[in-house]
Amino acid sequence: MRQHLREWTYELGGPGTRERLGTLTQPRNEYGVDPYGFDIDFTVAAAAPFLWLYRKYFRVTLHCIERVPASGRVLLVANHSGQLPFDAAMIELALLVDMDPPRIARALVERWVPTLPFIAPFFARLGQVVGTPENCRRLLAAEEALLVFPEGVRGLNKTFDARYKLQTFSTGFMRLALEAGAPIVPVGVVGAEEQAPALVDLKPLARLLGLPALPITPYLLPLPLPVHYHLHFGEPLRFTGSPDADDAELERQAGEVRTAVQGLVDQGLAGRPGVFL
Amino acid sequence: MTAPLPPPTPLPDPVLVTGIAGNLGRALTRQLHLATTVIGVDRRPFPDRPRAVEHHQLDLRKARVDDLFRRRRPEALIHLGISHDPRMPFSEAHSFNVVGTQKILELCVHHGVKKVVVLSSANVYGPLPHNSNFLAEETPLMAADRFSGVRDLIELDMYAQSFLWRHPEVETVILRPCNIVGPTVRNAPSNYLRLARPATVMGFDPMIQLIHEDDVAGALLLALRPGSRGVYNLVGPGEAPLSAILRELGREPLPVPDFLLRPALRRLFKAGLVSFPPEELDHLQYLCVVDGSRAVRELGWAPRHSLRETIRSVLA
Repeated sequence: MRQHLREWTYELGGPGTRERLGTLTQPRNEYGVDPYGFDIDFTVAAAAPFLWLYRKYFRVTLHCIERVPASGRVLLVANHSGQLPFDAAMIELALLVDMDPPRIARALVERWVPTLPFIAPFFARLGQVVGTPENCRRLLAAEEALLVFPEGVRGLNKTFDARYKLQTFSTGFMRLALEAGAPIVPVGVVGAEEQAPALVDLKPLARLLGLPALPITPYLLPLPLPVHYHLHFGEPLRFTGSPDADDAELERQAGEVRTAVQGLVDQGLAGRPGVFL
Repeated sequence: MTAPLPPPTPLPDPVLVTGIAGNLGRALTRQLHLATTVIGVDRRPFPDRPRAVEHHQLDLRKARVDDLFRRRRPEALIHLGISHDPRMPFSEAHSFNVVGTQKILELCVHHGVKKVVVLSSANVYGPLPHNSNFLAEETPLMAADRFSGVRDLIELDMYAQSFLWRHPEVETVILRPCNIVGPTVRNAPSNYLRLARPATVMGFDPMIQLIHEDDVAGALLLALRPGSRGVYNLVGPGEAPLSAILRELGREPLPVPDFLLRPALRRLFKAGLVSFPPEELDHLQYLCVVDGSRAVRELGWAPRHSLRETIRSVLA
């Protein structure tokens, strides 16, 4: 089963995918995992259905992915949308199959994700970690690439009328970038907003069920429509300053990143032929 | 079995070991009595001890312990006399663990003991859903947040920490090892790994750290070395997903949804049919993985058993 999925990944990835993924040298012990529980073999296999979405369903178009540094610590900061986090999967796949050499992006997940059965171990095997400052520090020090959505669920679970309006950015990522001296690559995701247009978010019911949100689409479930994804990568931004600066200063710098992401989104919206085309 | 650790020189002499008759105490004695004079104190008898080891069957809270300090003048204390028995009533566990520790540490100050090594546990951090992947020594001890039964172990650790700062004249080392396993160990994690059909929480598979009992004994010897002082996490040869550990042992896990397993375990525990409190299920769901790099850097700590050997040690 796993072998079949891996073959499917190599096939969907196109020529040379097998060789490129073979060059990934993630540390692993005799049980196939790194200390975080990331399993590269599992990841290549589990990527297959998502890579099908990437190539055939969402037909992801990349713009300027060469702006992502080939190595070294980096934070990818993107807008978040679409009710279910397919945008994270698409960005990770872009770095995995359409970068040479490939890069692993570790997405930072919300603190309640480890309480979700099946999802918690699945995400852990894919190399995702809970977004605590301690985890980020450690991964940046190890020269890894982190994928951050500073809007969090506020961005993910927006209703359709608020599409492509970026929510305020939390400042945690800014502090960590300054501390680690890591560049920030802004990423504008276009298409994901229309994948599951939510009419309302039943917040009280969500709270009752212990969910972060309960979006209702015209067809009830937040299943993704075959929208055309565009990922726009911006020039790496480098900030200087003290990570202990007061909040106003950090908010200003985080705002600059937000402006950069909003710029990429606006440019992408203006340039796309249509939502599904 | 690997070669025994070369005895670090010069070790304090004699060394008083509390809780010596436990399985870890015995593993320690096997290594320690070759390097220095060992004096054991435990409520339990220690009949099959090596000949050179003297043993006093005493409760740490009794006045006769003071007498023992006066007569034998120990240069160091290794404090293993800590109960992790979930069946012990809380007041008794608190008295034995916290009051016992306070008493014996006070005696150390009073009698000029130069070195104190306290064996705490990485479980004081607690398996919490929002834990970082690797917990450093500065992480708040939050285990009682979800399981109040361990608050005596946290209080003990915090008392030892305040002792470390209040008494700079005593070199205090607090070790927080991850889950100790081994052929003779009978604690909750090793008993769990010995089950042929262990229940797991459906949909969860956390990373787990294990350390071999002989490696813990080796670390206790390192901590005895003059010059070392501080709080150290103790990680064995690494970590693996719970599922991989159970597969290595040839177990057939029985996944049960959390909402069924917890109430079932609560009933079974109350009825005295199992010795795993339901709160310990958190260990099968969430991370309680620690960063052991400080002990490697400052104590020169390295495990001698591989991850596979450590896992398989429960089979012996």
